[in-house]
Amino acid sequence: MKKWQCIVCGLIYDEELGLPEEGIAAGTPWSDVPDDWVCPDCGVGKEDFELIEM
Amino acid sequence: MKKITIVGTGLAGYTVARELRKLDTSTQLTLVTADDGAFYSKPMLSNAFAQGKTPQSLINFHANQMANQLNATVLTNTVVAEIDSDRRNLRCDDKRIEYDQLVLALGARPVRLPVKGSAADAVLSVNSLLDYGQFRASIASVKRVLLVGGGLIGCEFANDLVRGGYAVTLVHLGQTLLDGLVPAAIGRGLQAHLVAAGVEIITGTTVTTINRSGSGAFAASLAIGREVETDCTLSAIGLAPVTNLATGAGLQVKRGVVTNNFLETSHPGIYAVGDCAEVDGTWQPYVMPIMNQARALAKTLHGEKTSVIYPIMPVVVKTPAYPVVVVVPSTTHGTWQSEDQADGAKALFWDAKNQLRGFALGGRCAAEKAALAKQIIV
Repeated sequence: MKKWQCIVCGLIYDEELGLPEEGIAAGTPWSDVPDDWVCPDCGVGKEDFELIEM
Repeated sequence: MKKITIVGTGLAGYTVARELRKLDTSTQLTLVTADDGAFYSKPMLSNAFAQGKTPQSLINFHANQMANQLNATVLTNTVVAEIDSDRRNLRCDDKRIEYDQLVLALGARPVRLPVKGSAADAVLSVNSLLDYGQFRASIASVKRVLLVGGGLIGCEFANDLVRGGYAVTLVHLGQTLLDGLVPAAIGRGLQAHLVAAGVEIITGTTVTTINRSGSGAFAASLAIGREVETDCTLSAIGLAPVTNLATGAGLQVKRGVVTNNFLETSHPGIYAVGDCAEVDGTWQPYVMPIMNQARALAKTLHGEKTSVIYPIMPVVVKTPAYPVVVVVPSTTHGTWQSEDQADGAKALFWDAKNQLRGFALGGRCAAEKAALAKQIIV
């Protein structure tokens, strides 16, 4: 499971955890997060998230 | 061909450009900036140590890369001296830049700390990547940092610097930290956890004088009569919108450049966005409002006049020792109900009709953000 980080505010989207409180179930791959989804902390779009290399 | 010119390449300026390009790939687009035009994240400046970033690594894209991505001209190191709104051009150094539509994304500047003393000029402030680089260079080989201002930025820097191994003293004028943003219960919780993390916090006072004290160090005198020895002083006592260009062109300016809900200034064809703008009476120098403004403005510039409609926009204070989230109530008519909990604090703002209009959460309670946001009546 991968992690994606918002390049503006640092919020991490962890595929394993999802964001249930924002309506995204645990285990949801990044590609399945809606295209119009925005970072819940700062509002930037998916294009401003980068894959965190382990 | 229509020309759109944007003054400022911070988050607001670049986001307007990027959002516009999603709708329109052909209109001539020019961005003008007094600095080097690097695209970076302002919120990251106060979290750089936690994120393991250096000033250089904080650059997401250089100006030339942005110019390519945007299919735009990015004029760097170019100061705009004046807007000629009759002829629709900008006077810059040796040239004039034309526009059909002009966007002012001028940002804000740090409020200067009024101190006396032989080292008053050595007080630093950070509101740009350039400032941040100079700050990091100043503290590279020293240990002690004095922070003045316990608002959002001061608290974030205090947490980040202590994480970076520095001995931090934070001086705050108010009785509790973040008192301009959250009720005292959350401010007290934050103070306790920052102290536990190693920050020395002195509230209810400010720095009045800073003198050089030999061997490169400084002696800062506080109004309450104490003295603090330090190696570097960073001031974070507030921001003021940059408005000089607007004032010079006769645009309506109050605290910021005045705009309506369409980001239109008092002058046709000129818009304002971000930290320099006062949109429909409010100034909100945070990322989420800027993103909403920029998306609406891009549509308007593209010909589909769109007013900015804000969702609930919690403000996150990135202090890992004790995270804080706040939705500032849109009215002052109501009361805060605060409760301290184990490792956290929660405050809810109820209006006269018993509707939830705002909240402030600290520590463990910050996790309730999403659930509470759904209950807010705007």
